Amino acid sequence: MSIEFKNIVKTYDQSPVLESINAEIANGEFFAIVGPSGCGKSTLLRMLAGLIDVTDGVIKIDGQTVNNVPPKDRKLTMVFQDYALFPFLTVEENIAFGLKARKMPETEISQRVTRAVDMVGLADFRSRKPKDLSGGQRQRIALARAIASDAKICLMDEPLSNLDAQLRDRMRTEIRALQRKLQLTLIYVTHDQIEAMTMADHIMVLNDHHVQQIDTPLGIYNHPANEFVANFFGSPQINFLSGSYKEHEREIVIDTKLRLPIQNQLTKENYLVGIRPNQLDFQIAKNNGGNASLTDLTNLGSQTLLTARLDNGQQLRLTKSEQISMPINQRIDLHLKGQAFIFDPEKKNLAAVSVGVDHG
Amino acid sequence: MDESKNIIHETRIPTLAENTGLFKKTKMRAQRTNRRYALLFLGPSILLLAVFIFYPMLKTIYLSLFLTNGSGHNTVFAGLGNYAALLSSPGYLASLMSTLIYVVGVWALTLALGLILANAASVKVRASSFFRTIFSSTMGVSISVSAIFWLFIFNPSIGILNQIAAFLHLPLLNWATDPNLAMISVIISTVWMNLGFAFLVLFSAFQSLPLSLYEETAIEGVGPVYRFFHVTIPLISPTLFFVSIITFIEAFKSFGLIDLMTAGGPNNATNLLVYHIYQNAFLNGNYSQASAESVILTIIIALLTFLQFRYLERKVSY
Repeated sequence: MSIEFKNIVKTYDQSPVLESINAEIANGEFFAIVGPSGCGKSTLLRMLAGLIDVTDGVIKIDGQTVNNVPPKDRKLTMVFQDYALFPFLTVEENIAFGLKARKMPETEISQRVTRAVDMVGLADFRSRKPKDLSGGQRQRIALARAIASDAKICLMDEPLSNLDAQLRDRMRTEIRALQRKLQLTLIYVTHDQIEAMTMADHIMVLNDHHVQQIDTPLGIYNHPANEFVANFFGSPQINFLSGSYKEHEREIVIDTKLRLPIQNQLTKENYLVGIRPNQLDFQIAKNNGGNASLTDLTNLGSQTLLTARLDNGQQLRLTKSEQISMPINQRIDLHLKGQAFIFDPEKKNLAAVSVGVDHG
Repeated sequence: MDESKNIIHETRIPTLAENTGLFKKTKMRAQRTNRRYALLFLGPSILLLAVFIFYPMLKTIYLSLFLTNGSGHNTVFAGLGNYAALLSSPGYLASLMSTLIYVVGVWALTLALGLILANAASVKVRASSFFRTIFSSTMGVSISVSAIFWLFIFNPSIGILNQIAAFLHLPLLNWATDPNLAMISVIISTVWMNLGFAFLVLFSAFQSLPLSLYEETAIEGVGPVYRFFHVTIPLISPTLFFVSIITFIEAFKSFGLIDLMTAGGPNNATNLLVYHIYQNAFLNGNYSQASAESVILTIIIALLTFLQFRYLERKVSY
């Protein structure tokens, strides 16, 4: 089932929470809504569920306007951050609760419950209470309940944020597999950019009441619409440096040796340059030359994290996918090997992309 | 060299003799010191409990086995005679019966109204904090004030109940003085008195209900009545059980309102067990029988509380 947000506005006591939200979500799509806490992503999800009223705008499910349709008739299911399990019911009673309340015949309920617990691997725990199960198992009860409801739209509100890192990794894969198998249209709210990047077909980035960007994970990574998106996605975080635009050379100059050629004609003097740590490279400088000195170095085994200070005082991080040992304060020659994003200093949006020069 | 010898000595496995003899002795000494400290810390409360609870309790049981004269001195050992006399006394059995009616009425109404008010006050509207204060305010009213206040309400000529009845052309009733109505009047005023506490405790339970469970029920399409009985009640059941036990025991112990409003009357219609005990001991000077009544009351309360724990607590989900 497809979903459409049209000019959605939400205000609480006159203060805006969301402004002019527009998005289209295709049938069977895994759609992640990402943003920092307080950006209104849970509010948007709850408006889609019908738990919160829309101040203005239209929500459509399968082409039908659902603004005035009560939650139970929107044919969707929801997995909550705290799992919303009934502590006094067993696993199977929890899964069957909604079906029973809807007076579904017993045989069908038990069929659906069995199918759901099998699918999430809880068959051996059917008659346990949630409090006797681990965090990951509770999470699976919530998933099983969503499966048993047979709704084709599933909303998830930060479902993995209460799990430890390893389990989160595993559940990411499982949820993705489940979504594909059941062909769910899944709307997934998270503040974790890695979850969004690894799971979603499309990502909506929310910040400051507005949609910042809607794109595929790689689209967002490779073409961030603005400074915020560039900063939010990518680990380790992107470097922001200030550079000045030289009209004659068609270059952004960060320092004498870090010059970024650009194609576009720009209008301002100073720009904010975003460079991802893996887009930078360096050589060890000869005779104490170079344009930067190393300030920190962390070997992670598969890659090395380095911090360096340019001679003009700007700090930056870079990564290399090899093991490096080098003394602190080593003089280096830093250069761009890949992309750099040029952001407008006032509007903060992407003004140009520079593809670095190979200094090889 | 000396040191290493010592270490070897310390770490070797002790012989059986050492294990049972010497070592046990030091262990026992440590235990005795512990027990002495325990007594020291428990002392003050044990002393208070002994003087004000254990001694009166034992003395009551002791007194109930004798006959006493007017000044409270034991005369003849009567065994269970006092108990036998009570259980064959129509006055006492009537008092037992009215106590049960009163307790069940107060208990059921307090719980039901407490639940309704707590549920209503949990709805977030502009004036909800005002209603919260009003609903819990009876906790701050003394029994004597509320007795007088309810007597005014129940007053046959100037009471507001009869004024309203007159205005609506309904029959005028002698609320507190009609033998058939007095029990209802006393129950109403007791429920009013107890409601503040029941409301406040239940309300706090309503406040801690997780929102996501209710969002879940909205998506599942669970109706409000089904939701109340299958979600809300189980979630607050530990608190509900606590309020139930407290209200139940408090109702058995009611004295002040009865004394001030009806003094057990009219025609013993509201002569509850505690009031009956008071009359026997301090008006009739029949201490031994009053003691026997106290013992029976204690047993009844203990038994019924035990039954509640046995049967109601099973339905509580912690």
